[in-house]
Order: sequence, then structure tokens, then C-alpha cells
Amino acid sequence: MELVLIIKLILVVAVFAIALGIAAYSTYGERKIAAFFQDRLGPNRAGPFGLLQPLADGVKMIMKEEIIPAHADKTLFILGPALAMLTACMTGVVIPWGSTIEIGGAYYPLQITDINIGILYAFAVVSIGVYGVMIGGWASNNKYALLGALRASSQMISYELAMGLSIVALVMTTGELSIGEIVRQQHGWHWNVIYQPLGFLIFIVCAFAECNRTPFDLPECETELVGGYHTEYSSMKLGFYLFAEYINMFISSAIISALYFGGYNFPFMDSLGLSHNMVTTIGVFVFFAKVIFFIFFFMWIRWTLPRFRYDQLMNLGWKKMIPLAIINVLITGCVVLLLNKN
Amino acid sequence: MQLTNRSKVVSNKEMTLMERAYLPAIVKGMGITLSHLFKKKVTIQYPEVKRPIAPVYRGWHVLKRDEQGRENCTACGLCAVACPAEAITMTAAERKPGDENLYREEKYASVYEINMLRCIYCGLCEEACPKEAIFLTDRIVPSDMLRQNFIFGKDKLVEGTTADKRIDVGVRGGAHRKED
Repeated sequence: MELVLIIKLILVVAVFAIALGIAAYSTYGERKIAAFFQDRLGPNRAGPFGLLQPLADGVKMIMKEEIIPAHADKTLFILGPALAMLTACMTGVVIPWGSTIEIGGAYYPLQITDINIGILYAFAVVSIGVYGVMIGGWASNNKYALLGALRASSQMISYELAMGLSIVALVMTTGELSIGEIVRQQHGWHWNVIYQPLGFLIFIVCAFAECNRTPFDLPECETELVGGYHTEYSSMKLGFYLFAEYINMFISSAIISALYFGGYNFPFMDSLGLSHNMVTTIGVFVFFAKVIFFIFFFMWIRWTLPRFRYDQLMNLGWKKMIPLAIINVLITGCVVLLLNKN
Repeated sequence: MQLTNRSKVVSNKEMTLMERAYLPAIVKGMGITLSHLFKKKVTIQYPEVKRPIAPVYRGWHVLKRDEQGRENCTACGLCAVACPAEAITMTAAERKPGDENLYREEKYASVYEINMLRCIYCGLCEEACPKEAIFLTDRIVPSDMLRQNFIFGKDKLVEGTTADKRIDVGVRGGAHRKED
């Protein structure tokens, strides 16, 4: 019993540290990749290849002057970024980072907790994330910030519908709500993306919208809203908002890889003839490789596509994504029904 | 008249289903960005690598000394008169006995200032100078935070006396000498 607690504790700390570490280096990666896409070199002065850049950015953020506008609601103003950061860190709990490890004949899963409604939990927490942006924008007492917050909330609500529907189809094929179990079912190469290509497409588009990433970054659209919901923020509060975005991106990538790309599963995992713990270790690396690929994919899209106009965003969400998701649910339902009859 | 053959006839026709689906265009765009990932980078790492400068480049001025290390400038004021931006000011002074090794002629500029923010680097001062005292060089004027630091006095304009502190005016100096 105590060993379980120790393992869980280690896992919690490790997941937290890895999430923060990857988020920090995503900022570096983002700048580097943006530069490469634009035929530039990117940050390369702080340390070798500019690897200390996130550290320098962090120090800069902390050292900057904290400004709370005179007419802002002080409590909410502080609560906003805190909430954004908190919700960003909470989702990592249900993600299975690896299979099980064997210690003295007993198997311990590399997942902090495998609650049987893992998907619903993830969605609930992500939805709370809207409050961070909304409260921040509202508390700033600034027109641009309020408009940004308004956009964020309506965008997130619109795209959550389609996202939820794409997950419904996934739940119909797998018959499970626990993320751990869904990943276990995708053993080897039986990845859900093969059975749910349309669902995956809808999910990833909605994930972009949920993370406020280009082409859906209207809440912080610089060209129209100065800085969007974080216009009035400075110092580490601004840092928290920006950081929360990168953690969200990491978590979204993890969820996409877990739900649709087999998580820690990789082809020929049984035929390698390796010990259980060895396979698990490789699985963890495979999972992180997938996650990093999707983070790269997020950035790739960002530096390829321009931002949507607000009406285009709503049209896409309500008139294209939701009907498509419903059709996907219908088709999946029919196929599942037919297969079960035979 | 057609100047190039790059013109394209635009039409506002209905988009086909493929075009409206949006995704093929996105994939195409992503291909383009990905190809840039491996292209040669255009960045020049400035302080370490410098772009080649044209021989006629006009930058930071220098006040030359002659072979014996004496200042050429006699504070005649022709450069200040020639300057269209009125960037040059100077105060003339008479050479004291014993200063013959410092100044070439009996009169010299005790103060010589160029406002580098006013200067348009036209090189007319160089052309006006009868004593081959002022030249524009290929040195780039460094940036600064304060306006007053852009008023360059003699400390920043006059070249050093030792051989390694001499500033070569190369092509520009040669061109002037030929005219003589």
C-alpha cells in the first residue's frame, strides 16, 4: 500500500515537472520553429543554440513590474491567471503516460489515476479553463480585454460542442470512458485514428480552438485587440497566461496521442521479445515522441495559416463542425450496430 | 502594354467542392512551410559576420592626421558651409608654440563636432575639404540610448597617432589624391 503511494507521489511530481519543462521548452521551440519556417535562425545567443532562452525569459517575466490597473477588480484580476494555470496543470492526472511497471511481481500503472470517467474529467477541467480567460478579461476593466474574453468564451463553448460529439463517436467504438482503458484497447497498431479518421479531424480542429492557437487565436488577436484578454497584464501574471497556453498545448497533444494515436502503444510491441518493464520504458518514449510531434504540428499550423475572421470562426464551428460531428456519430452508430448484429 | 508575363487573369467563380473543403489547401500550405524548414537561412550573425560593404560606402567620419601624426584640419569651416544638414560645428584656435607636432598648420579646430543624427552621410564635407582632413569611412555608427551621445566630438572623430590606430580611408582617399 505504501509503495503505491510513493509511486503515485513520484508520478505526480514527475508529471508536474515534465509538463512545466516541456511547456518552457515549447516557448523556445515555438520561436525556433517560427524562425526556421521564415528562413531565420531564431534565438541562439543565450547558451548553446539559445537553449537557456526560456530561463532568460522567465527571469525577465519575474523581474518586470507588477501593475494592477486602478479600476480593475483586484481579487478577480489575480484569480484569472491563477485559474488558467491551475486548470492547465490539472488535466495531466488522467493521462496514461505509460503502461504498467513491474516491481516485485506487482504491476503499477504509469498513470496518476485511472478514473472510469477520465474523458469527462478532462473535458470538465478544460471547460473551467475558460473561466481563467473570462475572469481575467472581465477584471481588467478594459474594452479590449473584455472583447478578448468574450471571444474566448463564445469560441470555446462553440467548439466544445463539436469536440464532445467527436468524442461521443469514439466512446461508441471503444465502449469506454476511461482514458487508461481506451489506450489499452489500442494495443499494437489498432489505433483509433484508423477507425475514427473524421472524428480525429474534428477533434484536432477543436483542440486548436480550445487552446486559442492560430488559426483560432482570436481572443488574443494583436491586430484587433492589442493583446486580447491579457492586455492589462504584466510581469508573471502575463507569464502565467502565456505559460498556461503552452501547458494546454502539451496536454492537448497528450490527449490526442492517447485517444487517437495509441498512447504508449507501438507496432510490434509484443514480438520484440523484451521484458515487460523494457517495453513500458520504450512505450513512454514513444508516447512522448507522439506528444512532441503534435506540439510541433500545433506550431506548424500556427506558422502556416492566417487567423480566421470572427464570423468565419462561428460559421465553421456551428455550420460545419457540429453537423460533421453529428454525421460522424450517425455513421459510427450504424457501423457499430451492423457489426454487433453479425 | 505588357511589362512581364506574370500577370494572372482573376475570376470570381464559384469554388469547387474540393476548394470549399479547405483541407487540400491547408495541406498544400503546410508543404510550403515545411520546405522552408530546410532552406538556407538568410540571417547574418551580425557582430561576428559582417556583410560586405561597397567601397564607396559613407559612414562614420574620420579626421585624418598626416604622416607625422599632426591633425590636418585647420578649422577653415568649408565643411560646415558645405554641409546641407548643418550637422558640423567647430571652434577655431591658434596653435601655441610647442604644439607643432600636434597640428599641421597655425590654426586648428579646438572643438569639432558632428551631430550624427543630423548628418545625412552625403559626403559633401569630404569634397569641400581642401586639406584632406575629413573622410567618411566604412565604419557603421553604433546605436545609443541618448541623443546627446550622437554628437561626436574630436575624441570620436580624430584618428589615433600610432600605426594600428590609423584609419584607412582606402578608395576614398585615393580618389581625392588623384584629383590633386
